[in-house]
Amino acid sequence: MSVGEQTLLAESGVPLSLRGPAPVRVVAGFGFWLFLLSDIILFAVLFATYSVLSGSTAGGPTATELFDKKHVFLETVCLLASSVTCGFGSLAVQRTDARAMYFWMGVTFLLGVTFLSLEGREFAGMVAAGAGPSHSAFLSAFFTLVGTHGLHVSLGLVWLLIMLLQVTTLGFQPMVGRRFFAFGLFWHALDIVWIGVFTIVYLGAR
Amino acid sequence: MALSTNTDPSPAMPIPGRTCLAARLKSDGGEPRRKWTLLTSILWGSAFLTSCQEGPLDPHGPIGQAERVILYDATGIMLAVVIPVIVLTLLFAWWFRSGNRRATYRSEWEYSGRIELIIWAIPALVILFLGGIAWIGSHDLDPPKPLTSAAAPLEVEVVSLDWRWLFIYPHERVATVNYLVIPTDVPVHFRLTSTSVMNSFFIPELGSQIYTMPGMTTQLNLQADKPGAYSGISAQFSGPGFSDMRFGVRAESGEGFATWVAHTREQGGVLDGPTFAELLRPTRAGGELTYGSVPDDPFESVAEGRTRTRWSTKEAL
Amino acid sequence: MFGRLSWSAIPFDQPIVMGTCATVGIVLATVFGLVTLKGGWPYLWREWITSVDHKRIGVMYMILGLVMLVRGFSDAIMMRTQLALAAGHAQGYLPPEHYDQIFSAHGTIMIFFVAMPFVVGLMNFAVPLQLGVRDVAFPKLNSVSFWLTASGVLLVNLSLFVGEFARTGWLAYPPLSELAYSPGVGVDYYLWSLQLSGMGTLLAGINLTTTILKMRAPGMGYSRMPIFCWTALASNLLIVAAFPVLTATFAMLLLDRYGGFHFFTNELGGNPMMYINLIWIWGHPEVYILILPAFGVFSEVVATFSGKPLFGYRSMVLATMAICMLSFMVWLHHFFTMGAGADVNGFFGIMTMIIAVPTGVKVFNWLFTLYGGRIQYSVPIYWTVGFIVTFVIGGMTGVLMAIPPADFVLHNSLFLIAHFHNVAIGGVVFGAMAGYTYWFPKAFGFKLNEPLGKAVFWCWFIGFYLAFMPLYALGLMGATRRMQHYPDTHWQPLMLVALAGAVVILLGIALTAVQLAVSIRQRHVERDRTGDPWNGRTLEWSTPSPPPAWNFTHMSNVQQSDAYWQMKEEGVAPTASPGAFVDMYLPRNSPVGVFLAFFAVILGFALIWRIDWLAAVGLIGAVVVVLREAWKTDLEVRVPAEEVAAFERTYATRGPGTSGAVLDRKAARSGERS
Repeated sequence: MSVGEQTLLAESGVPLSLRGPAPVRVVAGFGFWLFLLSDIILFAVLFATYSVLSGSTAGGPTATELFDKKHVFLETVCLLASSVTCGFGSLAVQRTDARAMYFWMGVTFLLGVTFLSLEGREFAGMVAAGAGPSHSAFLSAFFTLVGTHGLHVSLGLVWLLIMLLQVTTLGFQPMVGRRFFAFGLFWHALDIVWIGVFTIVYLGAR
Repeated sequence: MALSTNTDPSPAMPIPGRTCLAARLKSDGGEPRRKWTLLTSILWGSAFLTSCQEGPLDPHGPIGQAERVILYDATGIMLAVVIPVIVLTLLFAWWFRSGNRRATYRSEWEYSGRIELIIWAIPALVILFLGGIAWIGSHDLDPPKPLTSAAAPLEVEVVSLDWRWLFIYPHERVATVNYLVIPTDVPVHFRLTSTSVMNSFFIPELGSQIYTMPGMTTQLNLQADKPGAYSGISAQFSGPGFSDMRFGVRAESGEGFATWVAHTREQGGVLDGPTFAELLRPTRAGGELTYGSVPDDPFESVAEGRTRTRWSTKEAL
Repeated sequence: MFGRLSWSAIPFDQPIVMGTCATVGIVLATVFGLVTLKGGWPYLWREWITSVDHKRIGVMYMILGLVMLVRGFSDAIMMRTQLALAAGHAQGYLPPEHYDQIFSAHGTIMIFFVAMPFVVGLMNFAVPLQLGVRDVAFPKLNSVSFWLTASGVLLVNLSLFVGEFARTGWLAYPPLSELAYSPGVGVDYYLWSLQLSGMGTLLAGINLTTTILKMRAPGMGYSRMPIFCWTALASNLLIVAAFPVLTATFAMLLLDRYGGFHFFTNELGGNPMMYINLIWIWGHPEVYILILPAFGVFSEVVATFSGKPLFGYRSMVLATMAICMLSFMVWLHHFFTMGAGADVNGFFGIMTMIIAVPTGVKVFNWLFTLYGGRIQYSVPIYWTVGFIVTFVIGGMTGVLMAIPPADFVLHNSLFLIAHFHNVAIGGVVFGAMAGYTYWFPKAFGFKLNEPLGKAVFWCWFIGFYLAFMPLYALGLMGATRRMQHYPDTHWQPLMLVALAGAVVILLGIALTAVQLAVSIRQRHVERDRTGDPWNGRTLEWSTPSPPPAWNFTHMSNVQQSDAYWQMKEEGVAPTASPGAFVDMYLPRNSPVGVFLAFFAVILGFALIWRIDWLAAVGLIGAVVVVLREAWKTDLEVRVPAEEVAAFERTYATRGPGTSGAVLDRKAARSGERS
């Protein structure tokens, strides 16, 4: 069903559920939303496991001993800022403004890399101090929860590079636009998960 | 114009020369199905009756008896709905077959408020009743709940090994492997744990089972009303020796039990550190063992997760 | 160089396995050889392997399920035979190291690789047709989903010949499934094959949910949607919500096994109870994922063959969505005996019973659909009546075990086994067989042979009761599950009856294959010329059998539920052409699914055997495949309006069954008129 036909139906007061198949843009966006919801459930499982196992330190280091709130604050600033810049970049994609897109998405990429390197330093430090994931259930849960988020961020950054390459080679096609929209959803969702992470893991540390 | 108003879809023509069971049965389906249902109910009924001679339907203690009452009551209540439903299904399926022109064809009938009310109400009422049984039963028969009895409970510690059962009597300071002796009319309070993987301690003729888990302690209370020999098993698959994880249970009168304890103290070996380490080694179909002296009760150490075991590749087969 | 893989991984010393290996090898070689000789590979590649058509993918899922049914059932026959022999001091012919793999494989295969493919296959085939649309929301993703499931199948079957399978039961509880107690590759085979197929299933869930919610024919509001689509919606919502739990839980067990983590180990704080909770938080919705589409099939069949609308459509929808939500709130009933306490046990017991209420409502609604009907006794309605009678028994025993103190004496017993086979066979298998028979003419253009179909039904029906009623009795006698032998010789007669039942079911499975062969041979006799062999009520029956690749030439404007019935009543011909024909744009076939699956198998195998370089090959290959696909811009095939018009003319004058009919090529080539 074309956009024109859809508009006609909307104007004639036909309810959304009766207008026939939705346009590709809507279908693609909805499908990606569902995927994100499923991903959030995956994180929910990791959160639940972390909550259950956070006290099982097996005589080893505890959360309060290990976590540096200033470090986490820096990571949070990077990630949240990257969401803002991603938003500006998405607007540039919608306007088909290549220069603005490269700029804002580039800043997003850099902020993402900064986040990852901060997190990587934290992990490396913990491992060096004998607090690696194989040392207790609490540490296994911590590294898996925060690490899975970090893995998602890494994959997101790779995806961003691919998207920039797609715009460069294929131009601002509707297909590319839809994929960029999905990327934006993904990046913002990672922010939401991070808020959960720093609240439950870092601020909630006992 | 191909308008498909297929009012009489004929069944496929039978393949000439092929005689199969279905072809010999009548095409309306109702009659032969009732015959088979009768046959299977007889089968099921007789199987059910044979099962009354042992297991949970032949309990020898108060827990098992209470659970059997629940089984019978709940089944009875549900059969009061299930049997009419099955009968009605077969009845409707037969009466409303297309060959039966005496049946009224209600081609547009798809809703009736009264029927809706009834069909939501019947399951809801049944479930309300059974839910009450479930709630009350869960509380009355909660495994850690002590039994009401004038007698002081006998304490038994249970450790599931690979693949044997160790029973420690902490007050009597004796221990057995693969058999359990208890006095009749005395509540037995079990504390249970496991050295390696999950098992489930179950004496079908006395009542409830409970999981045994490494690094954790579960509790169970059972009682035997009559002297006798019962069998116990593990009801949670735990590896290659699982099927042999059986133990005998002997319920003796009060004096019989005391005699057994005294006898064991004299005759049995010592359950010390090295002996216990030996018990930890994966063993299948190990026989019964008796220990007359338990200087150092290993139960706490196991229950707190201080006992580590691993199976080699060969032992894990 | 090859990680843990060595020649000793091949079980040369096990005659049964080596015999199976030889047989499978010969069969595969014969099939592949015949296809090659007949020049069939280009056809298979173009029409099936790279197809993104939901109808083709649905059929492939069903084929996968039927083939794996044979493997899963062989496991069952072996188990029944072992138990029929191993009474008293006898040890049977399967030592624990084999028996334990067999029952683990049996459960894993039946749930993940038989039941799921059946159900997903039926939904894939029927839902877009019932919704009156061209295809699912994401056709290429659909192909990826199927092929990822197939890659899981391949890995599971490889475990028979190279290495071993898990010996932990189908849910692989820790600590038994941890490295300390399962040091071999069996659990790794289990975990990786299920992670791969689980990803496929999750993507299918997203696909079908989006299709049902965002892609329906104009005018088809929610209250006009066929009931099968409602049950498909509920099932796919459950897939989207539940499968991530499975993925995360298995990922944690994999981290324990590969990375030395301590989620569920016995030392350093691990908590096996956490796994059991998580796995059942997935596990209980999983069984509703399987049963809800089966309920949907029965709803369609009972209405169609009674010649009247489904009774109580709205309460059926309400009941379906209630079951969908409640299925997440009952998981603890799988382990009442863990000792969570009376309040927790009581709560979950009551919640489990509450979920029985909407199920009971559905049974009554089916009953009252039969009431006042004019029932045509064809094979699908046999399965339906058989299901109602059988399923209520299984439901009853389920509610019985939902009472915690009753469960305390029945948990993990053969009574439990009988209960879940009761609902799985009586519900899911009967539903799959009903759906298979019901939609077969739509898929292939001819009906399945009726007398053989009835014979298959009776074999399953009688076989089920013979096989499982003794197990109810044995459970009540104190027999537990997963026993490799038992000392009570007086249990043996009941075990023999159960074996007899399994043999009867085996006959049913064999007859299914015979039925297919006979039906193909007889296809000209049983040709479906009208597209509506059962006098159906929903939109899929308005298309030719088989439908053209684009399903509907003109999208209907739906005005009420049972849309096609209404059209027939009002004399509206579904193939009328209200205007000019337009070009059809169909999604282009794509090899991304099969290529991705190829690398997925390599990755999975490499991870199982810890062959690092091969894992890298698999991962990089998969990434390259996806990236290649991402750069494709020529994604559609244009079917010119003239071709569409020509198809419509052919259908209108000569009857359907000419275009697209898979097996009609020979007839067309020989100039035979159909």
